[in-house]
Amino acid sequence: MRIAIFATCLSDALFPQAAQATVRVLERLGHEVDVPAGQACCGQMHVNSGYQGQALPVIRNHVRAFEPVLDGEWDAVVAPSGSCVAATRHQQGMVCRRAGDERLARRAEQLAGRTYELSELLVDVLGVTDVGAWFPHRVTYHPTCHSLRMLRVGDRPTRLLRAVAGLELVDLPEADQCCGFGGTFSLKNSETSAAMVADKCANVVSTGAPYLTAGDWSCLMNISGALDRGGSGVRSLHLAEILAATREHPWRPEPEVAHVGRAAGRGAGRSAGRAEVGA
Amino acid sequence: MSVHLGMPTVRPLPAADPADPLRWGPTFPDAAHETLQDGQLRANLRRATHTIRDKRLAVTAELSDWEDLRAAGSGVKQQVMATLPDLLEQLEASVTARGGVVHWARDAAEANRIVTDLVRAADAHEVVKVKSMATQEIGLNEHLAAAGIEATETDLAELIVQLAGDMPSHILVPAIHRNRDQIRDIFTGSMGDAPAGLTSEPADLAAAARAHLRARFLRADVAISGANLAVADTGTVAVVESEGNGRMCLTLPRVLITVMGIEKVLPTFTDLEVFMQLLPRSSTGERMNPYTTFWTGVTPGDGPQEFHLVLLDNGRTRALADEIGRTALHCIRCSACLNVCPVYERTGGHAYGSVYPGPIGAILTPQLLGVGAEGGLDPHDPAATLPFASSLCGACYDACPVKIDIPTALVHLRDQAQHPQGRRARPTGWSVGLGLAALSMRSGTVFRWAGRAVPLARRLLPRRVRRLPFPGSLWTSSRDLPVLPRQTFRDWFEQRPEPGAAGGQVADRQGTGGTGGTRADGEEQP
Amino acid sequence: MSARTEVLARVRRALAPAPGRSAAPVPTVPRDYRRHGDVATGSSEAVELLVDRLVDYRATVVRTSTAGLAAAVAAQLEGVPRVVVPPGLDPAWVAAAREAVGEVLVDGVAPVGDPTGDATGDATGDPMAVPGASVAPLSHAALDATAAVVTACRVAVAETGTIVLDGEGDQGRRVLTLLPDRHVCVVRADQVVGSVPEAVALLATHPERPMTWISGPSATSDIELVRVEGVHGPRDLRVLVVED
Repeated sequence: MRIAIFATCLSDALFPQAAQATVRVLERLGHEVDVPAGQACCGQMHVNSGYQGQALPVIRNHVRAFEPVLDGEWDAVVAPSGSCVAATRHQQGMVCRRAGDERLARRAEQLAGRTYELSELLVDVLGVTDVGAWFPHRVTYHPTCHSLRMLRVGDRPTRLLRAVAGLELVDLPEADQCCGFGGTFSLKNSETSAAMVADKCANVVSTGAPYLTAGDWSCLMNISGALDRGGSGVRSLHLAEILAATREHPWRPEPEVAHVGRAAGRGAGRSAGRAEVGA
Repeated sequence: MSVHLGMPTVRPLPAADPADPLRWGPTFPDAAHETLQDGQLRANLRRATHTIRDKRLAVTAELSDWEDLRAAGSGVKQQVMATLPDLLEQLEASVTARGGVVHWARDAAEANRIVTDLVRAADAHEVVKVKSMATQEIGLNEHLAAAGIEATETDLAELIVQLAGDMPSHILVPAIHRNRDQIRDIFTGSMGDAPAGLTSEPADLAAAARAHLRARFLRADVAISGANLAVADTGTVAVVESEGNGRMCLTLPRVLITVMGIEKVLPTFTDLEVFMQLLPRSSTGERMNPYTTFWTGVTPGDGPQEFHLVLLDNGRTRALADEIGRTALHCIRCSACLNVCPVYERTGGHAYGSVYPGPIGAILTPQLLGVGAEGGLDPHDPAATLPFASSLCGACYDACPVKIDIPTALVHLRDQAQHPQGRRARPTGWSVGLGLAALSMRSGTVFRWAGRAVPLARRLLPRRVRRLPFPGSLWTSSRDLPVLPRQTFRDWFEQRPEPGAAGGQVADRQGTGGTGGTRADGEEQP
Repeated sequence: MSARTEVLARVRRALAPAPGRSAAPVPTVPRDYRRHGDVATGSSEAVELLVDRLVDYRATVVRTSTAGLAAAVAAQLEGVPRVVVPPGLDPAWVAAAREAVGEVLVDGVAPVGDPTGDATGDATGDPMAVPGASVAPLSHAALDATAAVVTACRVAVAETGTIVLDGEGDQGRRVLTLLPDRHVCVVRADQVVGSVPEAVALLATHPERPMTWISGPSATSDIELVRVEGVHGPRDLRVLVVED
């Protein structure tokens, strides 16, 4: 299959490891990936912050970047984010329609119908649960609200995780509870958000698992930021990063860098420096 | 006005008398700043909401057709909104035909005036009340008090709230912010006839309330209630309750005055089969609540011989005009959304500064006050901060028995709150910052260049960022910043050596290939 | 403009379609839920379910037969100094009450609804059918000083453990079952339906009657959401289920 990667703005700029891992998994499974150059963002941040007018051109750009999928340029679009896929499915059409652009609304909805969250693509479209990954660690999984309640990904992510060689999945208490991120909510209502993430962290730490995973770096950014602040030693990584890890190419804590040279030495030192994991 | 919580017991919560039951206290973040400090409140709420969540899940899972019932409930409510004028006229005709009198109130002041006049016409100086959100919303008790009429709340939780001088903090359990010891102290301090040596056992406290109210029920000439629903085709009105205080009020007094929001009307008697399944299971998590009373006008020789139904607008038609916002009017006041809300669980109801707290309050209150409308709510009004009091986790939508899409309504109202008609929004840090972001995100090329600022920042910032100046401090007050990457994803994708060779080969050339496998967590080897 | 005119005008204005758009069609209601319970009316499964639910609510349940009913009524009234009955109650039950209790008050208000009482079969709507029926209705004070009441019911719902009274002669005015602290309620097996929709369909034949749906004794969960039985309504619900 030819699959277009919708990296999402957050992963493109801040957490490239999630999109990189998505590329690796799909290529390992024998698929061809493409990264459409026009892509930027789904517009969710603006919509959820109450600026639908500002979101409209962002959505228009997103549709322009990915609509070739409707003409057969790719077979599907995939994003390593339940939240951004949910925004394409449940938000973009509404925003366009409210702005009176019915044509764009329909186009966005057609495109959303071909856009998948990673676990959906793997399990439903590609029909695999064992992607040949190896991750010999105890891991707990946070199901993220938008994957859980807007996309209803259900047990797809945990089926993928259970098929990973060496991985021991530990149930997260109160897993379905929000981590308190909520985009700009974490800033506008920062104290309430902090109270929520504190409870989430306590549940994560109570599992004793040294690794936390989820299908969204946005929520992971929130939880791992609080875990790191608390000195818990628990490390956070995206579901795609676990699925990309193999015996030959095990997971490493830093995103890969294409430049050789300068970055390599520093990266090695940093990786080693960050490798202590509280048990 | 400010809200002071976390005080010793039996000081009123909030401390100051709210001027407007729909809008008191500061903005949501400021009010939450206070309530989040109250560890006792947090513990009470956590225990209570988790208990009721589990009960609700158990009794809804019992019905194989629960989702079908929700779909029907949602459908009936959509039908009600679409045909509301006809239904209201039909309800009026049905109630009148059965000997009741229907009154119409444009706003709170008019409703209060109608009720006060009716109580005076009955020559009564005291009334007994059934728990009712509509009368809370219009501040009826305070209005009656000013007119020299003493109103006694008879629902146990409402009685606690009234005796303490509190505002309710939950739709179903208004005294959820009080624990048993605080309630004992409130009874001992304010009830007058509290038994000596009253313990804080719930059964003892309930018995004390029974004894306190019994005489009032028997001597009251006038009762005031709300309504859970009213059926247009028959004129039947219902009150759903547990304690029997509702039955007392609806049966014993000579005169009954019911105040009901116009959105509570149902088309047909048959619709009861849907709502009498949805409401109890969603509300108290029971298969059925202990008592429901249905009455139709006046029944000679049985119950009140004079019945008045006051139909209240008070901002509802404003909400009705908004196609997305009107779904807030579908609410049947079960409070399931409060009980599953992670924000409500932490902040409590008082942070919302309205008699309607929680997720439903966050979409209902601003609309009743005219959010987004010309001449409506100012974007800086405390009530305009309510649609932002949510992480949009969606738990409320899943719990709602009539499938109100609260997250979508919240998102819609966030936009309305900041862009009221006929007013040019003042630029804020938010609007400017998001505007700049939007400029970069409307083009892949621009965003790609903008994204490169992140690796650049990595070189300038220390490895671990733990403290930033405002507004970054909103994040770093409780969280570290993530470690920034050295390269954007797209730069990596284009510059990686060869397509299909991502991963190991790149890593090998970096000379770091082996580090991952020999990391310090080797003890995790299976 | 009157408030009525103005509120209705506001509602119509709020629903008016935007200029140039036609009114949206009134949505149809999907009614795919169960109209009948999983247990058949009057079946032993229905009775089992009802009993299970009532016990869960901490009501007292006694299963008996027509032949044993009078004795069962008497047994539930043991130790009660005074009992009230509605004017249309089965005379055999009244007689049983008289055997057990010193004083039996018969409320004097003519029953609401079908004067022939044929809707409930054996109950008769004639207040004079019960010897000793008072001509005037009993006062609230008199009822408050009465320890128990015996009634029949209109219908019971197995799934929810709900008993419905609708003011017929064998159930009486609402206040009768409100002030006495013990409610002894007789439910015939053939009155037990499976689900709420079945009960609503039955009640829809007389929607104008005042109805009380009772699911267990009075209760509250207002203090820390701890359920406490017994607040203002009858604290002691005793249900006699008659199976033959």
